[in-house]
Amino acid sequence: MNLSRRHFLVLVPAAAVAWKAVLAGTPEEAPNYNQAEHWWGMLIDIPKCIGCGNCVKACEAENDVPEGHFRTWVERYHVTDGNMTNPEVISPDGGKEGFPVVQEDAGKYFFVPKMCNHCSDSPCTQVCPVGATFVTPDGVVLVDQKYCLGCAYCVQACPYGCRYIHPEKKVADKCTLCYHRITKGLTTACCENCPTGARQLVDLKNPNDPIHEFLKTHAVQVLKPQMATGAKAFYNELDGSVR
Amino acid sequence: MSGVEGFMYPNEIALQWSVLIVLYPFITGLVAGAFILASLERVFRVEAVKPTYRLALLTALAFLLDAPLPLQLHLGHPERSPEMYFTPHATSAMAMFGYVYLWYLMAVLVLEIWLDYRRDIVLWSQQSKGLLRVIYKIMTLGSSNISERSLAIDERVGWIVTLIGIPSAFLLHGYVGFIFGSIKANPWWNSPLMPVVFIFSAMVSGIAAVMLLYMGVTKLRKKLIDIRCVDSIAMYLFYIFIIDFSLEMLDLIHRIYEADESFRSLDFMVHTKLFLSQIVLQICLGTLVPLVLLFLTQVVKFPEIVRKRMYATSGALALMGIFAMRWNVVIGGQIFSKSFLGYTTYKMTLGTREGLLPAIALTILPFIFLFVLIKLLPPWQDKDLHGTAAAD
Amino acid sequence: MSSFKDAGHLFRFAGLFVLAFVVFLVVRHWVVPKTFGQYGHYRGASIGEMAAKPVKYAGHEACEACHTDKADEKKAGKHAHVNCEACHGPLANHANDPAAVTPVKPDTVVLCARCHTASAAKPKKFPQVAPAEHSNGMPCQTCHNPHSPAMDAGGAK
Repeated sequence: MNLSRRHFLVLVPAAAVAWKAVLAGTPEEAPNYNQAEHWWGMLIDIPKCIGCGNCVKACEAENDVPEGHFRTWVERYHVTDGNMTNPEVISPDGGKEGFPVVQEDAGKYFFVPKMCNHCSDSPCTQVCPVGATFVTPDGVVLVDQKYCLGCAYCVQACPYGCRYIHPEKKVADKCTLCYHRITKGLTTACCENCPTGARQLVDLKNPNDPIHEFLKTHAVQVLKPQMATGAKAFYNELDGSVR
Repeated sequence: MSGVEGFMYPNEIALQWSVLIVLYPFITGLVAGAFILASLERVFRVEAVKPTYRLALLTALAFLLDAPLPLQLHLGHPERSPEMYFTPHATSAMAMFGYVYLWYLMAVLVLEIWLDYRRDIVLWSQQSKGLLRVIYKIMTLGSSNISERSLAIDERVGWIVTLIGIPSAFLLHGYVGFIFGSIKANPWWNSPLMPVVFIFSAMVSGIAAVMLLYMGVTKLRKKLIDIRCVDSIAMYLFYIFIIDFSLEMLDLIHRIYEADESFRSLDFMVHTKLFLSQIVLQICLGTLVPLVLLFLTQVVKFPEIVRKRMYATSGALALMGIFAMRWNVVIGGQIFSKSFLGYTTYKMTLGTREGLLPAIALTILPFIFLFVLIKLLPPWQDKDLHGTAAAD
Repeated sequence: MSSFKDAGHLFRFAGLFVLAFVVFLVVRHWVVPKTFGQYGHYRGASIGEMAAKPVKYAGHEACEACHTDKADEKKAGKHAHVNCEACHGPLANHANDPAAVTPVKPDTVVLCARCHTASAAKPKKFPQVAPAEHSNGMPCQTCHNPHSPAMDAGGAK
């Protein structure tokens, strides 16, 4: 086993560094990470999502997300008679334990995972009165929880409902694109735990990233494009009824 | 998921901004409105309202001192609020709060009050004893110069301060309107009209408040109400109310006509969840009834006692209506889902930090401040008040 | 000149302002964090603090480094792209110190149902069964190899 481990580590440099960081147990930004080389986003492939809720559960475990609040969640849509303006949508406990079984097959069903869109023209960072939330040079929107006042203006300004005030820390909280993982060469907790590959991290600055290729060859959309937020969560085959 | 109808994004279900955030624009609105009334006399030389000049300024100060308190109670980390002064984010309307507030407090309101009262302050500092003497002495900033020339300078500078103060008052409350109006994520708030509506409704509430306070305090002092003064204030109240009402109707008609993607959801909300607060309290009782009453007083010559009752009723209803307007904006903006597919309920708590009881306490507190200010800086040249102050 | 004498009190008022401003600048210099403004209008050090948070899921590459036999089983089967911790839960602490932390094997009756319970809402092509009809409470691994579960692809037990 030792031999193959060394073999493996030589072959995959990013993982090698990540492995060291994980081994070290000391959380440190992986030493070969250069912010300027990355511009992060995510691809969400709707036809692949089965609504298992694994992503919601994994995010909660990885990031200690408080009960009743969600850094990511899954919505189930039911569109009948082509009625795009009035879909039936549910998200029981954010979809964390999946969804109730549907027996009849009338209309169109699909699942939509939602999360922070890490907007490049983020309206939430625009309204923060003190500079506690910001877009990093590598395109991730983060909250500085040591600086945040907890005024909740950013929560009001987000068109996607992805922010909340942490009930104990009393500061704004939201998806961090698992910044502590992606800077170590790992993928996000939700992507790691999605069994069907419906969620995939993408580095828009890396031409070798396979998802980059997917984005070039498929029709993808962002949520609420009319808000011009520069959202970077790209949805493949997003239905027009999705809010 | 109690209190939720339809679908809400999971993080939207609990409201972020409570009754305290309803209270804040109401209070700063009273400040701005009271100041505008005071400026009617100072800048526009409307002699009739002179009896309320000093009272309006003190009212504005009392409410301005109370204004940051609901915000502090709301913040998750109030101890970090100085960050708004040290690192204000230039793109955030809320960051302007610290500086606009401080500017208005010190460079406008306190300065104007000081300039108007300075002669009296110097005299009181010489005539009173004990702790009061010390307080007055500090307020003179060590200068006892009340010569003709110095008072003339005060008058001139005071006029300039009031002149700057009018746009400052608009800024103090207009930025609050902008805080809501600039949020593209929220269609109930998003409107370029929002700052203007806030300013005019602020003026309505401030003028109504000073008018009621003047009538109430004068009665308590067992003096005669200057009816010419109150007639004049009521006339201004009427005209500004017309403008405010027109602006709100314009917003409403525009929404109904354009009927964009949010319209059906918002329309349903107004007719169901906001029916009492918007249709009944804000529009009917809080706007239409006072407008009709005020209109009648403008066209029919009622006897004095009847006019006073009508003014008092209109004023009180107007204040309730403007509070209801703030409620409908703040709470209304959070009880519908941004997916336009559902609604939640505002569960106002009673005794918690952001509950009803602190809100009531913070509404009563400015009257306590006002009481202290009236005692310290009596607006009227009354022998007995003067004497009482000296004997304290 | 005499007008300045009569405006002395105004200069005192202005003086208070200037004094307050100076005090403000001094306090500001002392209080504002040093890394503020490093990359933008925020505390630069917070990026590093965020990146330094502990990792709970080791990531499948870490698992496969040691568990090569399971990795090989999975590679050719239907669960090739189902990562280890999606079923086994967060195990960075085990990857850190394998001897100290022993993972608990998941209960397949509960685990597999999460994805594979049939529902008209799920994509049609996705393999799904009604658990009561299909296995009637029997643990899934009685017939299926969890690491390569397809019966006809040699995954049957």
